[in-house]
Amino acid sequence: MKIIIIGDGKVGYTLAENLSQEDNDVTIIDKDPEPLRKAIEYLDVMCIRGNGVSTKILMEAGVKDADLLIAATTSDEMNMVCCLTAKKLGAQHTIARIRDPEYASELSALKRDLGLDMVINPEHACANEIGRVLSYPTAVSVEPFAKGKVELAELKVVNGMPLVGMKLKDVSARISSSILIGAVIRDDEVFIPKGDFQIKENDMIYVIGRPSSVYNFCSRVGLYREKVKNVMIIGGGRIAYYLAQYLEEAGMKAKIIEIDKNRCYELSELLPNTLIINGDGSEESVLNSENLRGMDAFVAVTGRDEENLLTALYAKQCGVHKVIAKINRVNYASMIKDMGIDSVVSPKQITANGIIRYVRGLKNAMGNPVETLYKIIGDKAEAIEFVANQSTKFVNVPLHDLKLRDGILVATIVRKSEIIIPHGKDVIKPGDSVILIVKDKHFSDFNDIIAPGGAS
Amino acid sequence: MNIRLILSSLGSVLCTEAVLMIPAMLVSVIYGQDDVYAFIISILILIAVSFLLRILKPDQSQMYARDGFAVVSLSWFFVSVFGALPYLISGAIPSPIDAFFETVSGFTTTGATILKEVESLPKGILFWRSFTNWVGGMGVLALVLAVLPSVKASTVHILVAESPGPNPGKLVPKIGQTVKILYIIYLAMTLIQVILLLISGMPLYDSIVNALSTAGTGGFAVKNTSIGAYNNVFAEVIITVFMFLFGTNFTLYFQMIRGNVKSFFRNAEFRFYLGIVVISIALITIDLTGKVFGSVWESLRHSSFQVSSIITTTGFSTTDFDLWPSFSKSILVLLMFIGASAGSTAGGIKCIRIVLLMKLMRREVHKIIHPRSVYTVKIDGKSVDEDVLSGITVFFYAFITIFAAAVLIVSLDGKDMVSNFTAVATTIGNVGPGLGIVGPMGNFSSYSVLSKAVFSFCMIAGRLEIFPVLLLFTPMFWKKVNI
Repeated sequence: MKIIIIGDGKVGYTLAENLSQEDNDVTIIDKDPEPLRKAIEYLDVMCIRGNGVSTKILMEAGVKDADLLIAATTSDEMNMVCCLTAKKLGAQHTIARIRDPEYASELSALKRDLGLDMVINPEHACANEIGRVLSYPTAVSVEPFAKGKVELAELKVVNGMPLVGMKLKDVSARISSSILIGAVIRDDEVFIPKGDFQIKENDMIYVIGRPSSVYNFCSRVGLYREKVKNVMIIGGGRIAYYLAQYLEEAGMKAKIIEIDKNRCYELSELLPNTLIINGDGSEESVLNSENLRGMDAFVAVTGRDEENLLTALYAKQCGVHKVIAKINRVNYASMIKDMGIDSVVSPKQITANGIIRYVRGLKNAMGNPVETLYKIIGDKAEAIEFVANQSTKFVNVPLHDLKLRDGILVATIVRKSEIIIPHGKDVIKPGDSVILIVKDKHFSDFNDIIAPGGAS
Repeated sequence: MNIRLILSSLGSVLCTEAVLMIPAMLVSVIYGQDDVYAFIISILILIAVSFLLRILKPDQSQMYARDGFAVVSLSWFFVSVFGALPYLISGAIPSPIDAFFETVSGFTTTGATILKEVESLPKGILFWRSFTNWVGGMGVLALVLAVLPSVKASTVHILVAESPGPNPGKLVPKIGQTVKILYIIYLAMTLIQVILLLISGMPLYDSIVNALSTAGTGGFAVKNTSIGAYNNVFAEVIITVFMFLFGTNFTLYFQMIRGNVKSFFRNAEFRFYLGIVVISIALITIDLTGKVFGSVWESLRHSSFQVSSIITTTGFSTTDFDLWPSFSKSILVLLMFIGASAGSTAGGIKCIRIVLLMKLMRREVHKIIHPRSVYTVKIDGKSVDEDVLSGITVFFYAFITIFAAAVLIVSLDGKDMVSNFTAVATTIGNVGPGLGIVGPMGNFSSYSVLSKAVFSFCMIAGRLEIFPVLLLFTPMFWKKVNI
């Protein structure tokens, strides 16, 4: 696919990196030569220096036969104009990053009038992600599949959980049979576990199933089974605003600590049901006086990564059950993972993931059958959603008769509104959405999962 | 420096070279000559060595600029060493340094030779000689990038280090595709030339070999008196035109295929290139008429062929221009330095650099008149980065320095000044023939081993545009921890 990205900032670069690795032709446009130099050095993309609004530059980038244009500059207005111009010049699809909450309420009108195919708001997406994680006790992250009918939750096994030492086949007998443990990460290595696999402390497990089943599983195995009720948020930026809105709707109570007085007034106007506190969230005394120890969850979303990480660590030390920190720079993600913070979210990664999912959907419409794809620790394993159709060679064959390649697990079959956690006797029928967990391999065709000579 | 990564990349390059010897081997099979064994043995040696190199798995596969540059300059050295095998094994060129010189001359598209007599050599060997011109023209590593299935983003450094010109860019977002497009254009143009030469009445074998040499702007011919031996005006015109075309920036052809024909004549470098060719032809024609050739047409025929041959650094000849008046010879020597366009198969300093250097000169004068003026150098309506400009001035200085040092070393042989001077100019500019001993009817065989090594160095340095080669001579580069 031919993709043009305008704006080589954090999101633009991450997108270019991921999209170019997936065999798309990516062209980046930016005014500033410095970030472009980095892009040309490390990525297989083409860079053009210039203003993305200008027709001349867009034509040079080949907008005429571009399949997709993504505008991710710092200015909302500029992004809108870029998309508008590109659409007029012949780009098939356009995505704009629009982050100002003022526009958020008029998004649907904007989308229609400007012909935008997707609008992405990093802060809003990030707040939603945090909200989702908060609603699940013990989950580190939650990923929707099959249009939200199935969810994949990541859990960390800690000392004291009933799961420790349990074999997988006992899990379905003793805890829940409507979920499936699809992958386990132990010491940076990924396992696709079989029935006699024993779960140990410090494993990361991936649980897949219907949202309600996953929720029940999480609350049954977790140490803290209670639902999160009180949330403390440090930093009163846009993410905090969207998150507070989300929490209000979900029936949780939020408390925002913000250092800037004027912003506090604004927030208190916008969020009548949220407690706004004017103070420095990085100060221990402020946190203590606001009863940090009594909180169910703690979210650090200030503009500074270091502050977020440190306050999050402090909250963890104070015994808050669920601690989430936002970071902008993901360079040291592996180190941060070991620090003990429950979840770390990065707006640029979430934005990039959202757009990449959209691009895969587009490709799907153009003949590539992968619907959604979720990467489990980097590139080592993936959860992929395929749609079985006429060309699938092994429909109506019971799964225990199929010889799959190594490291592939059929995790879930979605048949209309029915969610099947497959057993040996189940079959794949045309039209089913099949979620696979795949290790070390990349597939572009559903039929490739069968070992040579395995299909009848 | 990531030595494992560099060695395993070298392995891929040598493996490609083994494949490249197959056409030459087939030619010798077709003509039933015994040099076929030379190729078979060379191919087996290459496969064995590349296999050994590729066993090494790089522990870190991220290629940084320094690795890319090292891969390019080491590859060119080793490809030349192994490319000399067929000459040595077949006994066509018995001396190792001569065989190395000949291969370097082939891959760098210089076309300078140590052979006194080429017509008696086996057909397969002569084909290989011209085929090295063809491959070297677009680039050995570019070919590797085009055929390798997985090209990583970081290999862009290889392309940058190997492509001629101050600011090489991609045509399309993917490197692999960019290189493929370039090779397809290259191959198509070569085929067209072969067909035209056949129509002109040249034999099939000669047409193919000469087209290969023209395309790479190399200039290895299969006749002792080069293209002059055919005495075929039609063929000369075809070669003149194609030499000029192969000296044009290939990006322009790509633009043209995309339907942007105007860009051809709007391009500042192309206009300069065309202008220089036309003016030089006119001046030499005037100079020659009456003095060397009787008619204007005869003068025009030889001057246009020679100007096109020298500025594109091909080095074919139709006549012994060493006998021309000194004004004409001076123009030709200057053309050796200028060279053709960036992004073409030609060598030399390149027109774009000359254009920018002249603009820089104007800027300096301008600054004397208006000391506080701010003046950005522009080309094709776009301002040129100060980094690129300073890169060009440094390149020019490095080019001249190496040239001077080489002249100094070569003069130890005690040959005359003009021969030494033009021999170095012709090797560093990848042209081929010079004046005097190394003139169009002469060759490099009488120089000493040291001089031949210096010439070989000059050829690789000229082809890779100095800096990748200088890198290898920097002690800091070889240290594990380089501070």
